[in-house]
Amino acid sequence: MRPEPFGALLYHFGTRRLSFLKSQTVLAVVRSLADHPSARSACAAAGVPDADLPAYARALAALRDSRMITERTGP
Amino acid sequence: MSVVQETAQRASASPGRLVDLFERGLDAPICLTWELTYACNLSCVHCLSSSGRRDPRELTTGEAKAVIDTLERMQVFYVNIGGGEPTVRPDFWELVQYATDHHVGVKFSTNGIKIDPAAARILAASDYIDVQISLDGATAEVNDAVRGPGSYATAMRAMRNLADAGFRGFKLSVVMTRDNIGQLDEFKAIADRFGAQLRITRLRPSGRGADVWPELHPLPDQQRSLYDWLVAHGEDVLTGDSFFHLSAYGSALPGLNLCGAGRVVCLIDPVGDVYACPFAIHSQFLAGNVRDAGGFEAVWRSAPLFQQLREPGDGGACRSCGHYDSCRGGCMAAKFFTGLPLDGPDPECVQGYGQAALAAVAPGQAPKPSEDHSHRAAPRRTAVPVTISRRRPPDRGCDESPLAGFAPT
Repeated sequence: MRPEPFGALLYHFGTRRLSFLKSQTVLAVVRSLADHPSARSACAAAGVPDADLPAYARALAALRDSRMITERTGP
Repeated sequence: MSVVQETAQRASASPGRLVDLFERGLDAPICLTWELTYACNLSCVHCLSSSGRRDPRELTTGEAKAVIDTLERMQVFYVNIGGGEPTVRPDFWELVQYATDHHVGVKFSTNGIKIDPAAARILAASDYIDVQISLDGATAEVNDAVRGPGSYATAMRAMRNLADAGFRGFKLSVVMTRDNIGQLDEFKAIADRFGAQLRITRLRPSGRGADVWPELHPLPDQQRSLYDWLVAHGEDVLTGDSFFHLSAYGSALPGLNLCGAGRVVCLIDPVGDVYACPFAIHSQFLAGNVRDAGGFEAVWRSAPLFQQLREPGDGGACRSCGHYDSCRGGCMAAKFFTGLPLDGPDPECVQGYGQAALAAVAPGQAPKPSEDHSHRAAPRRTAVPVTISRRRPPDRGCDESPLAGFAPT
């Protein structure tokens, strides 16, 4: 993950794909995912308004589909 | 750049187009091309860097490693290594190892000359190395006319070695010309046969390419069939985002439809010069040198040329065209080396404005590349005529004296 003025760039060496986080807020959400029990809780902590949650859900789903983030396996 | 795909756009939670974000430039390049040497065993007629002979000023192993240290610090994900033929540098494998040890991924382009079974096994074993084998014809006849005799066989052997070593998804890289656009399906079949991915890019009038561009660049109807083929194959085929000028036909092609010169891409040449783009080796696009104080980082962040390229353009002569938002005026290097103004249409503008503009360029008016490392003598395409005279046998069986039978008068 590489911070940029608009958010961040992510690169996956396995899939050789780039992804973009197009705001500082979505960057904060992705960074804190591991510290929260759920994506919803990470969004809340980053100050995402409820009305914007569907957009953030779509963004995280896209990152999951490109294997940039994966579901926790342990507790 | 072909990794800049549609998924990226979907991963956004806020409006705003990537094009607009990228126009202002990034803290570090996404797509950095690094040509390690001007030396090459081939003399391809369209070589974008006019390669052939090594330059005595090329970066030393130590200097190259210092560049890699900088790239690691800047968090450059990977470098596209090319040349010349990069694998002919004696320290090539050492530098690749050094880069991957320092978290800089490597993708390198080669004609395959050094990809023997042992090299293929090393490459297949690394997650951080990708390989592009260059081939410009799906048949030896079409390929060798451009890349030289034997080059088709060399590339096929290299791909066979990579496939046998278990390397999946390496790239078969093709420059599209008037002579090979009809072979698109055959290229795809070759890539599929070796478990490779097809990557096609645009022929630019850069380097020696300027000499052959008028005869080799695709004709208008070929551009149309290329566009349709790309739309049909979507993200299966990589393009280095090099055909964004074709987006003016209709829907945008996958990837970043933007000239990335100095914004998201740049070139480090073998002597450490930093140019805005791999296809723009000319003093007008020279931003600095990695040997300067501050190194590559200072050049990328503060070179006046790069600052200027990151200023939003106004579209120039293309501003009033309804397709400007799709094609963004096309390729800077293609315009420059055909003598066209940089704020006007691309020479291969699909709306036809390029042809009209080209007709207005006086012969000899197009700028020449600043560097030329071509082999001084063209490689011979035919047998060398020699006569070997049979030695005259000695006069007697026991007489080996070179003066035997010599009778001065």
